[in-house]
Amino acid sequence: MFLQPASYRRRRRRDAARFLPVVGLFLFLLPVLWAPQDTPRRDTAPDGIYLFVVWGLLIAAALMISRALALPGEDDDPDPDPGADQDLRS
Amino acid sequence: MPFNLLVLSCLAYVIFLFAVAWWAERRAARGRLGWLQSPLIYTLSLSIYCTAWTFYGAVGYAARSGLEFLTIYLGPTIVFVGWWWMLRKLVRIGRRQGVTSIADLLSSRFGKSNLLGVIVTVIAVVAATPYIALQLQSVTLSFSVFASPTDDGLTPPGTEATAIWVATGLAIFTILFGTRNLDAKEQHHGIVTAIAVEAVVKLVALVAVGVFVVWGLADGPFDMKARIHASSISDWNLQPGRWAGLMFASGAAVVCLPRMFQVMVVENADERHLSTASWAFPLYLFAMSLFIVPIAVMGLERLPAGANADMFVLTLPLAEGQGALAMLAFLGGFSSATSMVIVESIALATMVSNHIVMPVWLRLRPAKGMSGDVRRLVLLARRISIAVVLGLGYAYYRKSGGSATLAAIGLIAFAGVAQFLPAMVFGLFWRGATRVGAVLGLSVGFVIWAYTLFLPSFGPDAVIPALVFAEGPWGLDWLRPRALFGVGAMDPLIHALFWSMTLNTAAFLIGSLFTFPGPVERMQGAAFVHVFDSAAANPRGWQRGLAEPEDLLVMSQRIMGDEDALAFFEAEAKDQGKAGYLPDPSPQFMARLERRLAGSVGAATAHAMMSQLAGRATVTVEDLMAVASESAQIMEYSARLESQQDELTRTARALREANDKLTQLSVQKDAFLSQISHELRTPMTSIRAFSEILTEGDLPAPMVAHYGRIIHDEARRLTRLLDDLLDLSVLENGTVQLNLGLTNLSQMIDRALASASHTKPERSFTIHRDLPMENIFLRTDADRLVQVFINLISNARKYCDATAPELRISVRQKGGRVTIDFIDNGSGIPQDSQALIFEKFARLTDQTRAGGAGLGLAICREVMANLGGTITYLPGQGGAAFRVAVPLRLEQQVA
Repeated sequence: MFLQPASYRRRRRRDAARFLPVVGLFLFLLPVLWAPQDTPRRDTAPDGIYLFVVWGLLIAAALMISRALALPGEDDDPDPDPGADQDLRS
Repeated sequence: MPFNLLVLSCLAYVIFLFAVAWWAERRAARGRLGWLQSPLIYTLSLSIYCTAWTFYGAVGYAARSGLEFLTIYLGPTIVFVGWWWMLRKLVRIGRRQGVTSIADLLSSRFGKSNLLGVIVTVIAVVAATPYIALQLQSVTLSFSVFASPTDDGLTPPGTEATAIWVATGLAIFTILFGTRNLDAKEQHHGIVTAIAVEAVVKLVALVAVGVFVVWGLADGPFDMKARIHASSISDWNLQPGRWAGLMFASGAAVVCLPRMFQVMVVENADERHLSTASWAFPLYLFAMSLFIVPIAVMGLERLPAGANADMFVLTLPLAEGQGALAMLAFLGGFSSATSMVIVESIALATMVSNHIVMPVWLRLRPAKGMSGDVRRLVLLARRISIAVVLGLGYAYYRKSGGSATLAAIGLIAFAGVAQFLPAMVFGLFWRGATRVGAVLGLSVGFVIWAYTLFLPSFGPDAVIPALVFAEGPWGLDWLRPRALFGVGAMDPLIHALFWSMTLNTAAFLIGSLFTFPGPVERMQGAAFVHVFDSAAANPRGWQRGLAEPEDLLVMSQRIMGDEDALAFFEAEAKDQGKAGYLPDPSPQFMARLERRLAGSVGAATAHAMMSQLAGRATVTVEDLMAVASESAQIMEYSARLESQQDELTRTARALREANDKLTQLSVQKDAFLSQISHELRTPMTSIRAFSEILTEGDLPAPMVAHYGRIIHDEARRLTRLLDDLLDLSVLENGTVQLNLGLTNLSQMIDRALASASHTKPERSFTIHRDLPMENIFLRTDADRLVQVFINLISNARKYCDATAPELRISVRQKGGRVTIDFIDNGSGIPQDSQALIFEKFARLTDQTRAGGAGLGLAICREVMANLGGTITYLPGQGGAAFRVAVPLRLEQQVA
């Protein structure tokens, strides 16, 4: 039974990979909410900085998740049968 | 820069790319791919997404609409960081099914439907036209900005002439590199490597210009921030509709664009590369976009008011006197345009040849599909398609006047390819998606896109009359192209995107819900949706025993080429536990063969060709049950049982074959014993009889001479027979002495032909030889090898039953081995006898005219074994064909 956490973590890593684009989409669509500003002069630079920072964080998160998913013990089944030999390895 | 120097540097750059591509192909051909197949190269090749639109157009876009240009890169970023959802499945399916293009994917998913392939191809070609025009326009613009008259007064040609030269040059380069061979899986290592190099060039160029702007012209990032605030770009207003809509369109385009599909799915060598690309490709886009706004701001600030913002990347360094930087920027732009055009036209040409030319040709002359050289036809079709695609791009450029902004043209193409998205996404995730739904959705989407966006892009009165724009066709107000159903307040692009995607999806869903998929469609649907579920992912559509393996081999050779087809069949036969080149036509083998052929000509065509030989694919009840069954565990278990059963079947087949052979041999041995006693007895009888006559004396001298000659002849016949038997036993025991030396193969064949010409001298043979290939020096026992040749040639002379007999001798060198094929045009050897001809005393006919004791081929086989080579019968060559394979350098074996 003590082997269970490994496969549990593996499934959560996959969930993280699935959530990431949703989070990214939400953050990228945020500027829409503050778009209809009443001020005539809108400042582009902060918007741009915001977008690039979000973009950079997203790339960093994708890098970490892709590394984590490449760990041994990851196989192709989306919902794997927790085979004993795999769990021993991870 | 002087015009002629500019042309020269472009040419030098193209030649450099050519060299890179050539070098990569060479490495790939030798099997030393190494880092050519790394995730880095894969990611860089994906950067084909960034075309001249990104390189030149993004700055212009930013100058006009502020940060909106970012949506074009944010959409793909979302898709790539979300690779676990869709791209992973797409790449897996692409590799499993040997998909050659996006048209092939959709046609294959919906029951290998050819109609769907045609629709997708047409949409892709039409949607690509503005995109290719964009590239031509940007290269032409950059030429006109950068080129100046030469010293001797040679002025640069006008924009039209430049555009046509660029289009022609690109067509030639693409044809030379993209269609040299027909690969098993449509992969082009050379092109991909060249694209990766171009990716580096454009990134370096754009970043260099950006760094120059931020730290050379401005005073670092903080100064830059102040300048952005001061510039007119800050006035832009985010339009929520466009912001979300463009992100959607670009996200859809990154999976649906034919060239993206080509590099992402078709050229993918390893699925793990995708996980690297999931962050590395967004990083590339990030780096490409980082300096766009600063360049646009500086361009607006420093360049005269009327300057074309699309050319700021080039004109800004020029105006600041940075010649080298401008040159780098020019090459970067040239890179982005050329790489896009090359890959796009290769992808489109594959689609056109596989889904339009091949099916039409197969329908027009069904018999030809089995005999004609399909490879040449496919390559020719691709070459012509490349030229046509570029020609269409040029025509669009001319027709639209080359004045629109780059980003506006590109978005038209994005909205066009986005029409594939519903069929693709639902096809990948929903088993209920049907062919009718896909056809309906794609057609509706395409028509609306063309009517509301593509045709209006030529301007009023060009294709659609101005009156229709104002009042709608036939006065129907609600059908105005820019205000469908009275919705006129939308931005035209979003209007077109909204209506085409909505109605496309609606038609797709309605069509799918109300129709019933056919059996092949259901199986393909299950194979696609459950691709990660190994048991369901291998559908079997072929009933056993419907096609003759020899016919299949003949057909495969036309498509895959002789060597590859023979190698594939040999491996399959070995897998089944059989020797030789003809595997049993089991359903598994048929399915694998079809997938392999699909890699060359597309799924629909391969399916049609196989059907011509095997009859229609029939689906068994078990197949449908496997599809319908939702329980993965049952499938897993049955798969395991099945693999055990396969193992048993293989062993049983091998045993049965051995048994058959033994039985036949035993029959043959009995036949031989009576044969050999007969053969030995006949000469002995006549020798005894005539010698008795001679001993009686009293004979006239001529009679004595005559009888003496008969005795001599018969004795010689006996000796020859005994020699053969002796020879064979020596060879079989391996005690033979080999006389190794260097000999020219051509001379050996000459000798063999001369000696064999004594057999049946009355028959005149036409001999086809390939003298340059024969000019090889072999280290072997020349006399023994010539003996084998003589045997094969005289066999051909004896048994070839054609009225105008021909013998083709072809030589090939591969690795350390040389193969020599002897192929005649007779009726060949029936399949059930092919396994026996190399056995002792095997004679296929009882024709006594053959004269030998049936030892010839048996001796040949033993000789070849002693020479470290093999002799095999090659089926499916249109006559009897034997392949002799010898090592180039035979080392003396230690006995």
